[in-house]
Amino acid sequence: MARVIVDVMLKPEILDPQGRAVQGALGRLGLDGVRDVRQGKQFVIDIDGDLDADRRETLERLAGELLSNPVIEDYRMRVLADGESL
Amino acid sequence: MTARIGIVTFPGSLDDADAARAVRIAGGEPIALWHGDDDLRGVDAVVLPGGFSYGDYLRCGAIARFAPVMTSVVERAHAGMPVLGICNGFQILCESHLLPGALTRNDHLHFICRDQRLRIENADTDWTRNFDAHSEIVIPLKNGEGGYVADEATLDMLESEGRVIARYLGGNPNGSRREIAGICNERGNVVGLMPHPEHAVEDLTGPSTDGLGFFSSVLTSLLEGASR
Repeated sequence: MARVIVDVMLKPEILDPQGRAVQGALGRLGLDGVRDVRQGKQFVIDIDGDLDADRRETLERLAGELLSNPVIEDYRMRVLADGESL
Repeated sequence: MTARIGIVTFPGSLDDADAARAVRIAGGEPIALWHGDDDLRGVDAVVLPGGFSYGDYLRCGAIARFAPVMTSVVERAHAGMPVLGICNGFQILCESHLLPGALTRNDHLHFICRDQRLRIENADTDWTRNFDAHSEIVIPLKNGEGGYVADEATLDMLESEGRVIARYLGGNPNGSRREIAGICNERGNVVGLMPHPEHAVEDLTGPSTDGLGFFSSVLTSLLEGASR
């Protein structure tokens, strides 16, 4: 089995009101000096068998077409080695 | 000839019945279309209604974009068929790349539901030609993710090509760049609008009947197209 992680974040220039709300909450709950919070998504994808080049290419395409919207988001994809934790 | 206007129902669509009613009141024949079927049943135009298609999972409109019906809608839209996306439908049009930009979480994080004043900026599109340019209308606005964003170059292009078709008046309700409430494609047959004209077609239930103009406009466009 192969495990692939896709992290999706709003592009830096896109306002993130959710992150801003979390930033406010962190401050109210006693954490000083929070300069910025950005909220993103993480997809943990388990795939049967080996991740061959074809499937890796398909995943890469779908990370940009389905899992993220390139107009407002960036994604980063990585394959976890055996036994590596998230 | 009565124009056949298709209304697509996705799992989670809410405003398909109101959109069908608006088409009927305007004088068209509403035709129910189903997300899982790529057959457009010979319609002359399509409305993608508001709601929460596929539960808004992943991103609003992100999964609906890949529904079988959308393959046909995108193909026919490129060939000139009029398509109106309202609210969630606007989000689907952006995710389908029929329209540029994207819709993001309201800047104040609250769901908003109110009667909204708008200015019609472009009265030459297939869905706005029965309005007077620069006329002001009032129709309901209800969304959680209605903030229109695009990069500066795209916003400048939309402005210079007259593709901002409606703008919010009386304060920006959701953080949309340049108070944009609706845009169209280059040809003017595809229009995306965040507020809801289909809820403003009868005095009894709406704040006005201003919404009818969008539905009567497409009937005019189709009639003119047929006589050309």
